[in-house]
Amino acid sequence: MAEEKFDVVVVGAGPAGSVAARFAAENGASVLMLEREREPGIPVRCAEGVSHAGIAPFIEIDKRWIASTINVARLFSPNGEHAYMYNNGTGYVLERRLFDAALCEIACKKGAELRLRADAIDLVWENDQICGVKYRHQGEIKTVYCDIVIGADGVESRVGRWAGMKTAVMLEDIDTCYQYTLTNIDLQGDSVDFYFGNQISPGGYIWVFPKSQNTANVGIGISGHLAKNNPPKKLLDEFIGKHFPNAKKTYEVCGGVPTANTLKEIFRDRIMLVGDAARQVNPVTGGGIVQGMIAGSIAGKVAADAVKEKRFDKKFLKKYKKEWDKRLGHLQNLHYALKNKFFQLTDEKFNNIVEICKSIPPEKFTLKELFSSAVKGDPKLVAEIAKAFVVSKFK
Amino acid sequence: MKINMRKCDICGTCVAVCPVDAIYVSEYEVTIDNDKCISCLNCLIVCPAQAITEEE
Ligand SMILES: Cc1cc2nc3c(=O)[nH]c(=O)nc-3n(C[C@H](O)[C@H](O)[C@H](O)COP(=O)(O)OP(=O)(O)OC[C@H]3O[C@@H](n4cnc5c(N)ncnc54)[C@H](O)[C@@H]3O)c2cc1C
Ligand code: SF4
Ligand code: SF4
Repeated sequence: MAEEKFDVVVVGAGPAGSVAARFAAENGASVLMLEREREPGIPVRCAEGVSHAGIAPFIEIDKRWIASTINVARLFSPNGEHAYMYNNGTGYVLERRLFDAALCEIACKKGAELRLRADAIDLVWENDQICGVKYRHQGEIKTVYCDIVIGADGVESRVGRWAGMKTAVMLEDIDTCYQYTLTNIDLQGDSVDFYFGNQISPGGYIWVFPKSQNTANVGIGISGHLAKNNPPKKLLDEFIGKHFPNAKKTYEVCGGVPTANTLKEIFRDRIMLVGDAARQVNPVTGGGIVQGMIAGSIAGKVAADAVKEKRFDKKFLKKYKKEWDKRLGHLQNLHYALKNKFFQLTDEKFNNIVEICKSIPPEKFTLKELFSSAVKGDPKLVAEIAKAFVVSKFK
Repeated sequence: MKINMRKCDICGTCVAVCPVDAIYVSEYEVTIDNDKCISCLNCLIVCPAQAITEEE
């Protein structure tokens, strides 16, 4: 077989990879996506919640991949009280398998190639320079050459490690998750529910994201450093026994969510990391779909520019990090500081916060209010958070 | 460290916390290279499926 060469090879066809591939292809680069699974988007390890404002710039809303439309969030304190939050804009619970496929289709339509069941296993080097990717495909080890590698290989990312980047996260900066899709339950249908508390879900929260009036993704995230004594499945089963005793499980999945800051290093000569691989996830909410898409769009464009200019060095690729910091990186910094405060609160404090929030008229109640009451007594952080939430939306 | 593949869900959470890149994932399995492993137990602690044990 002739030697294969593309301008850009993207490892992973999740939201971050597909959007990166699309923006690179759209701007003139030849692009190959390598995806380990037999289709993009499987298995779904996600609660599937996104905001309309987050995804609309990237894809025309199509009801094929929307399970339900969300208008309100409810926050439950450990004592069972709850507050409504209305004005975070419209949200959706997706059918992520179809959503990921739709994003990948756009990339393909723009000219990117997709190779399935292609498991990247290493980078290829020449004169100390990255010049391709080695992958396993149909029982053979193959090599594809390229000028730029984009690592979009999710939480389990290894591409960055192969390049010598430090991608490991600390135990306190990962949430260990368990999720079921439940049916035979009774729901309002347009509300996403969050349950907080040190007994309920230490260092994280339990979510109930409806896919219809009687089905929902119900899951838990526990901060890694607390997981030893609090196995997520056990706590989730207890919660479901209490809140949805008649529920039937139709899907069960494990997962990990990085709740870290963006990695210090997300590019080097001839390589960029995007999405979960770069730990570009909102550390408070655990939302990473939109974050990955935004990072992918920036990296894809920078890669195409690099191809045009024939500049693959880190001085040129630095544009990616600069733009990321401007768009979301600075917010992630803030959210990271906030996470460290928020998830250390006592149950009593959680109860108080929800009490305070209940007294705010629902249409005026935003996450900003929630977090400002959470960090009262730390005026600097309150001011920063207030600033941050003017421009950011939930997830 | 040892992964029980009957329990493992191939979610990759363990890979993210391994400080020495000793864990490999593929489409159908996850393996630990015990020559690289420094027995920090990070992977065992975060595994949502409780699939990892300390035995070699
Ligand atoms: C339980 C849970 C609930 C969540 N809920 C939400 C939510 O409600 N809203 C939200 O916004 N986010 C949520 N997230 C986070 C969200 O799922 C991720 O942030 C998002 O999927 C990241 O996208 P990505 O493209 O970076 O990575 P992924 O979607 O993980 O895609 C990575 C892709 O790379 C492939 N791959 C990996 N390694 C290789 C390799 N070596 N070779 C080839 N292919 C490879 C994988 O097969 C995969 O297809 C949740 C996560 C979990 C675990
Ligand atoms: S024990 Fe530590 S070093 Fe060994 S595989 Fe697990 S995370 Fe890696
Ligand atoms: S964290 Fe556990 S379930 Fe997930 S891949 Fe590792 S061993 Fe398997």
